[in-house]
Amino acid sequence: MEVFVQQLINGLTLGSIYGLIAIGYTMVFGIIGMVNFAHGDVFMLSAFIALIFFMLISAWLGAGLIVLSLFFVLILAMFFTSLWNWTIERVAYRPLRGSFRLAPLISAIGMSIFLMNFVQVVQGPRNKPTPPMLNKSILLIDSATYPVSISYKQIIIIVSTVVLLAAFWFIVQKTSLGRAQRACEQDRKMASLLGIDVDRTISITFVMGAALAAVAGVMYLVLYGVVSFHDGFVPGVKAFTAAVLGGIGSLPGAVLGGLLIGLIEVMWSAYFTIDYKDVAAFCILAVVLVFMPSGILGRPEVEKV
Amino acid sequence: MAIDATTPAKRQADMMAALKEAAFAGLITLGLCIPIISWGTRQNIENQLVLDPRWDTVAWAVAIVFVGRFLMALRKQTRDPNKPAVRLLPHGTIGFFQRHSGLFSLFGLGFLIVFPIIAITLAGWGGALKWIDNFGVQILIYVMLGWGLNIVVGLAGLLDLGYVAFYAVGAYSYALLAKNFGLSFWILLPLSGILAAFWGMLLGFPVLRLRGDYLAIVTLAFGEIIRLVLVNWTDFSNGYAGISGIPRPTFFGIPFTAADNGFAAVFGLEFTPLYRTIFLYYVILSLALLTAFVSLRLRRLPVGRAWEALREDEIACRSLGINTTNTKLTAFSLGAMFGGFAGSFFAARQGFISPESFVFMESAIILAIVVLGGMGSLWGCAIAAIAMIGGTELLRELDFLKQVFGNDFDPTKYRMLIFGFAMVVIMIWKPRGLISTREPSAFLKEKKAISADMVQEGHG
Repeated sequence: MEVFVQQLINGLTLGSIYGLIAIGYTMVFGIIGMVNFAHGDVFMLSAFIALIFFMLISAWLGAGLIVLSLFFVLILAMFFTSLWNWTIERVAYRPLRGSFRLAPLISAIGMSIFLMNFVQVVQGPRNKPTPPMLNKSILLIDSATYPVSISYKQIIIIVSTVVLLAAFWFIVQKTSLGRAQRACEQDRKMASLLGIDVDRTISITFVMGAALAAVAGVMYLVLYGVVSFHDGFVPGVKAFTAAVLGGIGSLPGAVLGGLLIGLIEVMWSAYFTIDYKDVAAFCILAVVLVFMPSGILGRPEVEKV
Repeated sequence: MAIDATTPAKRQADMMAALKEAAFAGLITLGLCIPIISWGTRQNIENQLVLDPRWDTVAWAVAIVFVGRFLMALRKQTRDPNKPAVRLLPHGTIGFFQRHSGLFSLFGLGFLIVFPIIAITLAGWGGALKWIDNFGVQILIYVMLGWGLNIVVGLAGLLDLGYVAFYAVGAYSYALLAKNFGLSFWILLPLSGILAAFWGMLLGFPVLRLRGDYLAIVTLAFGEIIRLVLVNWTDFSNGYAGISGIPRPTFFGIPFTAADNGFAAVFGLEFTPLYRTIFLYYVILSLALLTAFVSLRLRRLPVGRAWEALREDEIACRSLGINTTNTKLTAFSLGAMFGGFAGSFFAARQGFISPESFVFMESAIILAIVVLGGMGSLWGCAIAAIAMIGGTELLRELDFLKQVFGNDFDPTKYRMLIFGFAMVVIMIWKPRGLISTREPSAFLKEKKAISADMVQEGHG
């Protein structure tokens, strides 16, 4: 029981990171029907941006105000990562809109290779550890055999994920921007006829996706305390799995899928073997796509001839 | 301002617009550079992370983007909008090549056959090894993989991002069977092809209902699963450490060693390691040609036509009574078979394999070769493989750049960076690949070239 509760906490923490990345995948897929392959690498890039800003700001503010400096880091990382994703969309995807189906996918794969090697070239191939931070934790169940605790890091991750998701949910559901986005998702041509600037809406979608990926990047850095240039691929694929599992195109689905993938991965490592945790995630992806292609909360795709 | 005549004022305004555009681009570049380039992270002696400011690099990047964007904007203002932006080849060059493709194929084939001799004459016995091995064999492996994947992606229209799994199956089949059972290369080559084809069917079967991007992601997942199993199942594959000491191929039983029964001694030649490389070169050349020949002939068979029909419209295919399951499975397993051949050749050539050789990046490179070449076009694949693999290999040769940028400059570091960038640029420049039209495989009375825009996947 104690083991289960502890793993539940760990799984939810990891799952919220996956969920945040998955939203970027699901929104882009919803609006332009393309798997944004470079999204995982945008996440990795954001973790690097966060690392550099964290070092600058914590040197400036001192080690005492770590939560405040994390807050600044979060805002700066969100801004600069959004700028990157905006540029990527502008340079690599927009010229290919309306081209044949594979062209944007290949361009995205190229962008993914580019980003990964760009970070490797400018920041070096080694793992980058952060100074230790927020190491305290709260004891939840005081058991002699297996004490269950939740660390400050995990609290920060879960709380900020929930807050940001709520804010984001508000934007998509209640503002005119979100309405334009949902309209483009349903029918791009009709939306443009009704006076919606489709290009701008797509750009904003990429910006929002990147901002959430940046949150995930900061959280990843806080949780693991280390980042390297090839850390984008596997979380990226898992987040995509999460988006598919929840039903691609559905925002609550992406978060639900992320939490499920995080839980499955952590439980698998705890109860079976840690070696095959990635295999488990990939198997789920294959099984879900084969047997339940519309996911948990997605709408089934109707094929018209 | 108002005193000047109209023409200078207009030019002035244009200049201002261009400057504005360039300034905007420069500002964006500055924003992109700010954390990630302007501070480099580095571990100091106490293993703590420290930051090195690098504002000079940022200044260079911003300046380059500013000037480049400014010139581009000026050029755009003066250019006739009806003329295409970039034209590297004079009009009709590709059409000319296509009309005489038979002749050029013969010429290319002749060049490939005499390539080792040319390399030896130009670079001498010592220097030729590098050219034949790094350029000849390496590029031909990718050409063959590209042609194999072309059957799946180019002809049948099934997007496969896990092709490297079959390459791995072929390589591990050869390595394990040759090491544990002592079977020879010539028995294991077809055997590993068959095993890979079997795996192709096994993995193909559950995913046939999927289409497009979903299929791509599931094949990616399968490719990663096979690699992760190879990493973790150490009893079987020795994990990350890989398998070393794989038996090298022999010249129909005669080994390429310096011993008395070696190739050189038997034929009364002086021993050099070059013989094995030349032999391997001809093996991979014939394997690649076999792949090309088979896919060319298959296109004329009913199954090949069914593939192309399937690529264009699956629903129409099904309603005309084509068994889509069998058609897709044959494409998947045939493509996998050629991947398996290439894999067993790779294992035999390297003598050492590890899961590191079969990462997703390899699949992406092979797919990039197929798509950048123009899907379905064998010539396009070959040209893309030469450009992408040969081009990045050439970076190893650019030692003179060290004199320009200082001794720390290592061009090979930028290999994959340039590769990814080139993928994006080629896609934007020619979204349908370098060779985007080709001859129709079935026609009434006369051949007509079909524009790429008329069909689903990039050629007619």
